[in-house]
Formats: sequence, structure tokens, C-alpha cells
Amino acid sequence: MGVERISAAFAAREKEGRKALIVYLCAGDPSLEVTAAAVQELAAAGVDIIELGVPFSDPVADGPVIQAASTRALARGTNLRKILDLVKNLRSRVSLPLVLMSYYNPLLQYGLAGLAADLAAAGVDGLIVPDLPLEESAPLREKLEAVKLAAIPLVAPTTPAERLQQIAAAAQGFIYCVSLTGVTGARESLPPGIAAYLARVREATDLPLGVGFGISHPEQARLLAPLCDGIIVGSAVVRALHEGGLPAAVEVVQSLRQAI
Amino acid sequence: MVLPDSRGHFGPYGGRFVPETLMPALKEIEKAYREAREDPTFQRELKYYLEQYAGRPTPLYFAANLTRHLGGARVYLKREDLNHTGSHKLNNALGQALLARRMGKKRLIAETGAGQHGVATATVAALLGMECEIYMGEEDTRRQALNVFRMELLGARVIPVAAGSCTLKDAVNEALRDWVTNVRTTYYLIGSVVGPHPYPMMVRDFQAVIGEETRQQVLEASGRLPDHLIACVGGGSNAMGLFYPFIQDAGVKMWGAEAAGRGLKTGRHAASLTAGRPGVFQGSYSYIVQDENGQIKPVYSLSAGLDYPGVGPEHSYLKDSGRATYMAITDAEALEAFQLLSRTEGIIPALESAHAVALAMKMAPGLSQEEIIIVNLSGRGDKDVQQVEAVLQEGGENHGC
Ligand SMILES: Cc1ncc(COP(=O)(O)O)c(C=O)c1O
Repeated sequence: MGVERISAAFAAREKEGRKALIVYLCAGDPSLEVTAAAVQELAAAGVDIIELGVPFSDPVADGPVIQAASTRALARGTNLRKILDLVKNLRSRVSLPLVLMSYYNPLLQYGLAGLAADLAAAGVDGLIVPDLPLEESAPLREKLEAVKLAAIPLVAPTTPAERLQQIAAAAQGFIYCVSLTGVTGARESLPPGIAAYLARVREATDLPLGVGFGISHPEQARLLAPLCDGIIVGSAVVRALHEGGLPAAVEVVQSLRQAI
Repeated sequence: MVLPDSRGHFGPYGGRFVPETLMPALKEIEKAYREAREDPTFQRELKYYLEQYAGRPTPLYFAANLTRHLGGARVYLKREDLNHTGSHKLNNALGQALLARRMGKKRLIAETGAGQHGVATATVAALLGMECEIYMGEEDTRRQALNVFRMELLGARVIPVAAGSCTLKDAVNEALRDWVTNVRTTYYLIGSVVGPHPYPMMVRDFQAVIGEETRQQVLEASGRLPDHLIACVGGGSNAMGLFYPFIQDAGVKMWGAEAAGRGLKTGRHAASLTAGRPGVFQGSYSYIVQDENGQIKPVYSLSAGLDYPGVGPEHSYLKDSGRATYMAITDAEALEAFQLLSRTEGIIPALESAHAVALAMKMAPGLSQEEIIIVNLSGRGDKDVQQVEAVLQEGGENHGC
């Protein structure tokens, strides 16, 4: 449950000498039924943690692929309540950690008071909120801590060393290292300076490091793997699912799985 | 108490809700701004440009004809329409561009709705020799084609945004994405008292020149403080600029005019304070127009500059504390004010400013002739003349896009 399930997922891969594969899906794109099927098939294909994106009307941290997926999901009437129902249904069928990635306002409007309990009851293990920096995150973190869910923070290449320490001190589960200065979306190469940056984060924490934003090719994942504990892939899978359906998404995931 | 607090909060409102990548940049801007604010050289330079380039101080004009027509309180107009580039937006653009230059940034980006802030930013970029890119919703590039050409003439690149509703909020999203990507070289010059700390504070301070001048001018003209201040509220910068220097003067009432579009009941409006609820949007906690799931709802106003689902956090604070009152003005009321001011005073106001004039038209007749109303005439209406002509020819009902 919660933080423990996430830690166990990283530990299991580490014991094998491998890295965790973390996949982002935009919940409700193209439908919650397909999202449910995708979670199960991707888990079977070797994904270790799934991030379910709660679609938002104004996703400022996202590039065109996830923006479009969010728009499609919202047009289908997707909301947080329905996503929690989806997780509840999935929980008996999959054992991998499920974390939600949501902008802050849908969470606030749901009501922070009831949110943590409902997340825990549904079987969600953690939460990533891309527009909630450390300074504003205490109210949510306290609620999550009370039910032992992971508050997974993001760090960026621009985050100074002292701040890395502060963020890490409040983190649980893993640290989401944004690979580059930019928004989500597949890139061809690795950002310059990534090794030094990840080394700086490594200094600040013993928690697992997941690296995401811009990763789509197995070759990128293979090069990054020695520098971190998990690889996070979003846009590449979201695009494959949209353009080629579930088989295409599984194919992307399998090639990444083999690389790390 | 001085607001905001050290983390940018006005009571519960404001703050910083942005991707981590931007947090160091926001702190850097805040530090640079606090230093510049105390630096006489910076202040002298800003003052020089405000006077010699923008044309400040702008007059506080007693609108005798309008006053007579309305038959109540004495109505004064703060003539921000007489600023270079035609609106109050230049006050802020000058301040922030000088700050960006001081910080060693060579590239400015900005969002624009009506195009007024884009033009002001393109103007200061030309003046200071900086690279400039302006994000503008595709829908707005069509509505305000002339302003697109003005920005291009000034040497800026206008980037049409074809995401979401293709209007101002989407231009802000895209500017934020650009900034996240190019944060090391680029300064994001936000056009209103919105966004993450320190923008609401900084833009307010740069616009406060409006209220500071007004205070002095009204004391000179009538020997006392005004009874009512009225300004339109999109993001809320011209309103904060007028209100702020009067905040401690309890006798001065403050009124904000929001866009009711076709009417609050139709759902086609942009009235975040009068019809919205608090939430987090584009960097701060404030009143926003949203649905029950926290999704931002499409907004509408005939006036592109008010067509925004959020509002500056300090206005949310002033609303809750009762220090200021916010009213919604429909397209039809603004159109009537647009025409009335043109005919009575020979001043064609911006459609945004016409919302403030419309609120004065509602209030003045019920007030005594001893009372003083000051309306912030935030911009001139040249940019809107074509649109208003088209709407008036259609006849009443079908306003705008
Ligand atoms: C003339 C004029 N007034 C008012 C506004 C609204 O902005 P704010 O509420 O920040 O003053 C605009 C925005 O484009 C404008 O052009």
C-alpha cells in the first residue's frame, strides 16, 4: 500500500540489477475502459509503476501530445471521481503501484479534506502535482502522509542544490527528475548536462530517482539507466495508444523494457 | 500590514503554483525587482521613460458634459488612453523591460489578448533593442488583425496559439511553456496583476503611478479625496494601479467592472469575481471561472482584453475583505457607454474601459452632486472601432464572435 508499494517496486528491480519502467497514461483517452485495459496489458508487459494523468483544461507543463490527449479525455467526461472508480476496479486485478498525476485545481475542487482518504480507499499509491512546488505543498502533503500515500515531488535542472535538499526532505516514494528545461513531449536526444544534474540530485537523497520528460527511444533509456533508478515515459506511449491502439502502446513499452 | 507577504500571499490568495523549473527564475525576478525598487538609478530611468517616452503624467479630466448628462456625482476621467501606445499597459511594460535588461535578459516574451499588452511589449522591446515574441490566441489574431500588424511593424514576432479556446488564457499557457523551455535566456513580461508571485505585486507597483498621480491631481483640483474609484477588471492591472495608493483611505470606495458578456445567467461571461469560485489557475490562487471538477470554463466578452477566466489575487483579497466591490457589466451596457462617451466628451474609449464608464453611468445619477467619481479610462478605442461598427450594424443581439 502507498509509499511501501512504490518502494517495493523499485527495490525489486534493483535486486535484479535493472531499472524501473514508469509509464504515464492520460486517463480517459480514448475512454476509461481502454485506460483500464491498457493498465493491465502494460503491467503484463513489464511496466513497474503507472502514472494515471487526471486531464486538465490548461496543462501548462505538457507538450502538444498530452495536451491533445487531455482535451480528448475531458470531451469524454473524464473526471477525478471516475478515475478513482477506475482505480478501485483495477486494484483487484493488478498489483503494481498506481500513482495519479494531476494539476492542483482538480484536486482542490474535489476537496483536500476528503481527497486523501478517497485516494487511499481506491488503492492509489501516490500523487504527483506538476504545478505544486514545495512552498505551497504542505496542506496536501500532510493529508497524504496521514494515509501513508506518497507525495512525489518534481525537481528540475534549474533547481539549486540547497533547494534539492529541501525538496528531497519532504519527498516520499521517489523523486521525479524532469530531464530538461521544457514541457513533456518526445525528443530525439538526451539533454546536455543530464549526468551532472542527476548526480546533484543523487547527492541530495537516498530515494529512488525517476527521470522523465522527452524520453521515447530505447536508446535514450539505455543511456540514462545507469544514472537513475527508473525511466518515465509519457508522450511516446500516449501517442502510440492514440495512433495505433493498445498493441502499438505495448510494443513501445516492450522495446523500452528490454533496454533497461 | 503590507501585502503580499514574503511568499506572495494576499490573505489566502496568490502564491506560486508553477512547474518547479520556473521556481528559481521567479525568485531571481523577485530579488532583482526588490533591489531595483530601492535603486535610485533604476527609479530615475523609469521616471525618465514614463515622462519623456510614455507622456506621463496623464491628465485627470473633469468630464463636465458627461456629468451634466448623468445628473449626479461629478465624474473625472483618468486619461490612460493618452499614454503612448494608447493604454495603461505601457506603464508596466516599461518597468518590467527595464528590469529584464538589468537582469541581463535579451529576449522578451508576452501574452496578449486584445493586442494592447503585446503592442506595449513590442514597443519597449524596440526601444531597448531586445528580441520579442508575442503569444496571441488564433481567434484574437483574427479579431485584432491590425494589432498583429502593429506588433510586426515594431519588430516583434507574433505566434498564433491554436490550443484550447484560442484566446488569452491559451496565449498565457503557451507563453508559460516557452518560458519553461527558455527560462535561462528569456524574461516573461506578464501583462496584468496575475500569475505567480512576484508578478501580481510587481505589476501593481508599476501601475500604481496611475493612482499616485490621480491622488495628487484630485487634491489639486477639488481639495479633497474622491468618493468613488471605478476601473474595469480583466486581469485587474489598471484597477490595482488606480486603487492601490488609496487603499488606506477608508472614505474612498472602490468599484471594479467585470465583463458580464451576454449576461451572467447565459453562462457567456468573463466575470471571475462576481460569478466564479477560488481555485488555482496560471500560477496563483484566486477567483476563477470553473466547473465543478475544477476545469477552467470558456469565457466570453465582446472586449478581448476582459476575456479571461482568472483575475489578480489581490482583487480576490479586496473582494473578500469588502474593501472593493465588483460588479458585472454586459456587452450591451459597455456598447452604450462606448457611444455615450464618444458623443458627450469626444473621447472614444477602449471597449474594456467602456465597462468602467458603464458602471459610472449606473452609479452617478443616484449620487449627490457633491460626490466625486474617478473613472480609469484605461485605453483608447481606436482598436475597437471596426468591431463596434460591425456589432452595431448587426443590431443589438448578436455581439462579437
Ligand atoms: C485598454 C485596456 N483596459 C483594460 C484591460 C484589461 O486588463 P487589466 O484588467 O489588467 O487592466 C486591457 C487588456 O487588454 C486593455 O487593453
